[in-house]
Amino acid sequence: MTQGPATPAAPAHATVAITVNGRLHHRTVEPRTTLVDFLRETLGLTGSHVGCEHDVCGACAVLLDGDPVRACCIFAVQADGMSVTTVEGLAPERGEFSALQDAFCEAHALQCGYCTPGMLIACHDLLARNPNPDEEAIREAIGGNLCRCTGYQQIVDAVELAAAGKVAVHG
Amino acid sequence: MKAAPFAYMHPESLEQALEALTQHGADAKLIAGGQSLVPMMAIRLTRPACLVDVNRLPELRGITAAGPQHLRTGATTRQRDLQEHLELARLVPLIGAALHWVGHVQTRNRGTVGGSLVHADPAAELPLAALLLNARIHLRSQAMGERTVQASDFFISPMFTATGETECVTAIEWPVWDGPGIACAFEETATRQGDFAIAAAACQLQLDAAGICRRAAVGLGGMAGTPLAFPDLAGKLVGQRVTRAPARDIAEVAVRRTDPGSDLHADPEYRRHLAAVLLTRVLLRAAATAAPALVA
Amino acid sequence: MADAPRDPAYVAFRYVGRKHRAVEHRRFVTGQGRYAADIQPLGLLHVAVVASPHASARILSIDTSAALAVPGVQAVLTGEEMNPNLEPMLPGVDAPKVKRYPLAQGVVRYAGEWVVAVVAETRAIAEDVSELVEIEYEQLPHVMDPERAIEPGAPLVHPAHGSNVIFRRVFTWGPVAQDCAAADHQLSYRVRWGRSSTVPMETFVVTCDWNDATGPLDVWASIQMPKYPDLLARCLRPSGNAVRVHFDVDVGGSYGVKRGLKHSILVGYLARMLGRPVRFLEDRIENMRGGDMQGPDRIFDVTLAFDTDSTVRSMRMRAVDDIGAYSGRAPLQLGKPVGAVVGPYRIKSVEYDAVSVMTNKTPQEAVRGFGQSPTNYALETRMDRVARFLGLDRVELRRRNMIRKHEFPYLIPSGTTYDSGDYEAVLDKALAAAGHQDLLRERDALRRKGMLAGIGISTCLEPSGGNSAFEPLFNPKNLTTTWMDSCLVRVDLNGAITAIMATSTSDQAHETLVSTCVGEVLHRDPDSIRVIHADSLGALPSNSLVGSRMAIMLGGAAAGAARKLRDKLIRIVAHNMEVPEDSIEWEGGDAVLRDDPTRRLGRDLLVEIAHRRYHQMPEGMEPGLQEKFVWEVPTGGMMPTADSKVQMYPCYSFESHVVLASIDPETARSP
Repeated sequence: MTQGPATPAAPAHATVAITVNGRLHHRTVEPRTTLVDFLRETLGLTGSHVGCEHDVCGACAVLLDGDPVRACCIFAVQADGMSVTTVEGLAPERGEFSALQDAFCEAHALQCGYCTPGMLIACHDLLARNPNPDEEAIREAIGGNLCRCTGYQQIVDAVELAAAGKVAVHG
Repeated sequence: MKAAPFAYMHPESLEQALEALTQHGADAKLIAGGQSLVPMMAIRLTRPACLVDVNRLPELRGITAAGPQHLRTGATTRQRDLQEHLELARLVPLIGAALHWVGHVQTRNRGTVGGSLVHADPAAELPLAALLLNARIHLRSQAMGERTVQASDFFISPMFTATGETECVTAIEWPVWDGPGIACAFEETATRQGDFAIAAAACQLQLDAAGICRRAAVGLGGMAGTPLAFPDLAGKLVGQRVTRAPARDIAEVAVRRTDPGSDLHADPEYRRHLAAVLLTRVLLRAAATAAPALVA
Repeated sequence: MADAPRDPAYVAFRYVGRKHRAVEHRRFVTGQGRYAADIQPLGLLHVAVVASPHASARILSIDTSAALAVPGVQAVLTGEEMNPNLEPMLPGVDAPKVKRYPLAQGVVRYAGEWVVAVVAETRAIAEDVSELVEIEYEQLPHVMDPERAIEPGAPLVHPAHGSNVIFRRVFTWGPVAQDCAAADHQLSYRVRWGRSSTVPMETFVVTCDWNDATGPLDVWASIQMPKYPDLLARCLRPSGNAVRVHFDVDVGGSYGVKRGLKHSILVGYLARMLGRPVRFLEDRIENMRGGDMQGPDRIFDVTLAFDTDSTVRSMRMRAVDDIGAYSGRAPLQLGKPVGAVVGPYRIKSVEYDAVSVMTNKTPQEAVRGFGQSPTNYALETRMDRVARFLGLDRVELRRRNMIRKHEFPYLIPSGTTYDSGDYEAVLDKALAAAGHQDLLRERDALRRKGMLAGIGISTCLEPSGGNSAFEPLFNPKNLTTTWMDSCLVRVDLNGAITAIMATSTSDQAHETLVSTCVGEVLHRDPDSIRVIHADSLGALPSNSLVGSRMAIMLGGAAAGAARKLRDKLIRIVAHNMEVPEDSIEWEGGDAVLRDDPTRRLGRDLLVEIAHRRYHQMPEGMEPGLQEKFVWEVPTGGMMPTADSKVQMYPCYSFESHVVLASIDPETARSP
């Protein structure tokens, strides 16, 4: 916990090559730019949300090389050469929904929508690993994602709905 | 909530990483999972001038046998990989029991075993597990080369370990308890599931066929500047049945040796009370798991 | 048509009361929402604030020289520089000396109060620079306890006001003294409601852009606040039409607290000062320290007068609310409960002593429920006490005192009429849904296992359709008697319908509400109706979403505008068919002659006539298809009476709760 000078000589920017939703982006960033700020402010992909910026709320969750992680706690330079999937990349095609997105709409698993990208990322990972999760597994999977609107029950319902294949994907 | 500026290095080999540490000393900080470091940087509780990223070093990753008595986990092995490793769950079940309380899926996907130990939050779960089993921590630096520190000598004070400024934790070797009748238990109370513990308790026991304790380890987290283990108290369990009375006795002696802090969530008295309750519970639970028929 | 309705009461409707997806959810699940932080104009500058670490202190000096020397810094602003150019934010009650500005000047009154604002090319640089601002303080005495704050000699939070009591009024509704004297028993007790907060996932964010040549000040904010554009313009001192608030933004949760007027004044000021777009996107530390999400903090002293037969006759309630260091609408949160002060019970007379006190705590804001929840809590815990005193089952005690179904509309002592209700039915439903008997057994089983376990029961009212009638009641200078909302509906030349609402959807699916109501009236699929948000210059009269009002007020306005449009179309039909208007029926968007269904005028032709064929329109009718409807709250338009009675909200929804809670006595935690 050093109390160093607030602004040492500005460090060099770094060049990164990050694949986001299947598209490769080359950009120059300051090392202290977090992955979520890179996605939102540099690439303009504003689907991922910033709620706490310190590893508490899960609104910024993305898939990093397939695993859900919090993009506020990774610097963009650390994701150099890696592949990121954001909420914008979850649907199979433009204008369509994934079964989970469809189930979220059907079960009203959201209200303000701010936590939704992180919830969807967490639940997509869950269903990819466990196609038939019970309620406990669902609650464990979204344990790192806060929601202030729903009380979580409808989110659990939506994941069960998607797992049961009971939604017609209407995009 | 943006980190203070820093320079970033991502060495391609351990040698390069150690070279960077040698060069920059106290100004440099290793980053592995970053699940504690990055939030602290965001709040500017810490502001390293240089981050050395060891995520890309395959030699620091993986779970392998290290002789018949130990299991070796590379320092940057992700917590989720530990959780999902079947052999590890069989040989060192305490790691999985501890990880149940660590963060969330998304943090465990990044958080590493070595990072957690070297971060050394006094209320963190993996340091308590490492201390309880007295794991061997492997360190390397250019100046000192390879060396090994027992967990009992590793944790020094809050966020401070035996790791030198230019050293990197490379691996942790976890003692494997052999034979039948082994069980462990880990419990904690936290403000929210996944947060650091207000108080945590853990134990590992081996009972014989008659339900008599043959080997024991007990410890507490969040109760002092480091996790605490109590080998002498554990030794008192050996040769007897682990029932409520001895469990409670040990717990009460143990908490008298703690020095818990005070914060918004709990004062020292409540923490001691909690720790005694939790330690009693883990002992009874582990005993029931190790020899269910005998403890009923 | 949508799925069958869940309740037979809705059979008569096509879309209202039927399961339907929210149109907003499409964009939220695909990451296509448009939240205020997503709007990033070119050349955007970023704000960070330096906050007071002290609850009460004098600012001795502010040194910004080191901060200003950092490359990338655009401005470092103090209250001393800015405040003289602003009008203060005033409280909702009559206390003009309790002034508030975005940045403190001279003194700070709570830990977290903003002292300096820093503007830089990036937020990270703004944070770097904020660390270099040197502020010297001299700590002053502070007061944190509202009861201590009202004692003589307590440190004054606003010395100019002369007291820490910002509002106090004793209301007496009915013969309280007589009723109390006549009652068999009186029971007094204290109830404490600790400060709660409703922290949204999205912090507050506001972006302002100013153009010297064209104006106006463009504002994008995650706002939920009545009269926000007007208040912002007034504090910034340009004319009202020099501020344009864009309401086509999604709000990431509000729950009443997204009232960033101080943020918006600051950022608006900076945008004009710098001639650049400026954004203040709170980080979570700024969000938590600055307050804005903290709610009521109350001490209730209640006396109940009741008879041995369990009839509760009268109540005296004193509520001391600690609003913190400044006052927005916080004191009015003692006002909303006036309209439901007796809850669901037939209490004949009430004395209500409402005291709003300032301390050196973080200020309160309007929080979900607007003060009703604490009052509900005080009421319901009180009923348990009476039951215990009388040795009576608490469900039975409630039943005996509840207003009966046949007594509605029911006038309560404070002058409000409850529209309708069946409180016993909802209590029975809740007890049945919870399995009350099973729950009792479960509670006893938990207790046998050594747990502390108990069941809580409550029946509460949630006044809905906010009319802000507490404003004139709590502030004699405020003559507000309307709390209107509005909607504009248009049909284009291709027959497509667009509805325009006045404010943002503020996380509550109001686009779906509007399209459902318009679709219902015009017999058109709601999903085919586009709903957009006017900006504040293209605006419609509105008070935004507060007081659980939008289903009533915006729904009513949307239906009203659609009806005006339908009536206009019917007049066109009547004119062309040469039949009386009342002989025409509306059927699936077409007009049909009731007595001869073969005679009809199709939608396409109607639209064509209204848009192009003036010669086929009734004489004097305006061409085109566009209608606006402004709806006044059904219970609006009335000032309080001389004896302080007032008709509050139009709807009194009601609810019962049954909760089993258990605590592990060994850990003192819920398992």
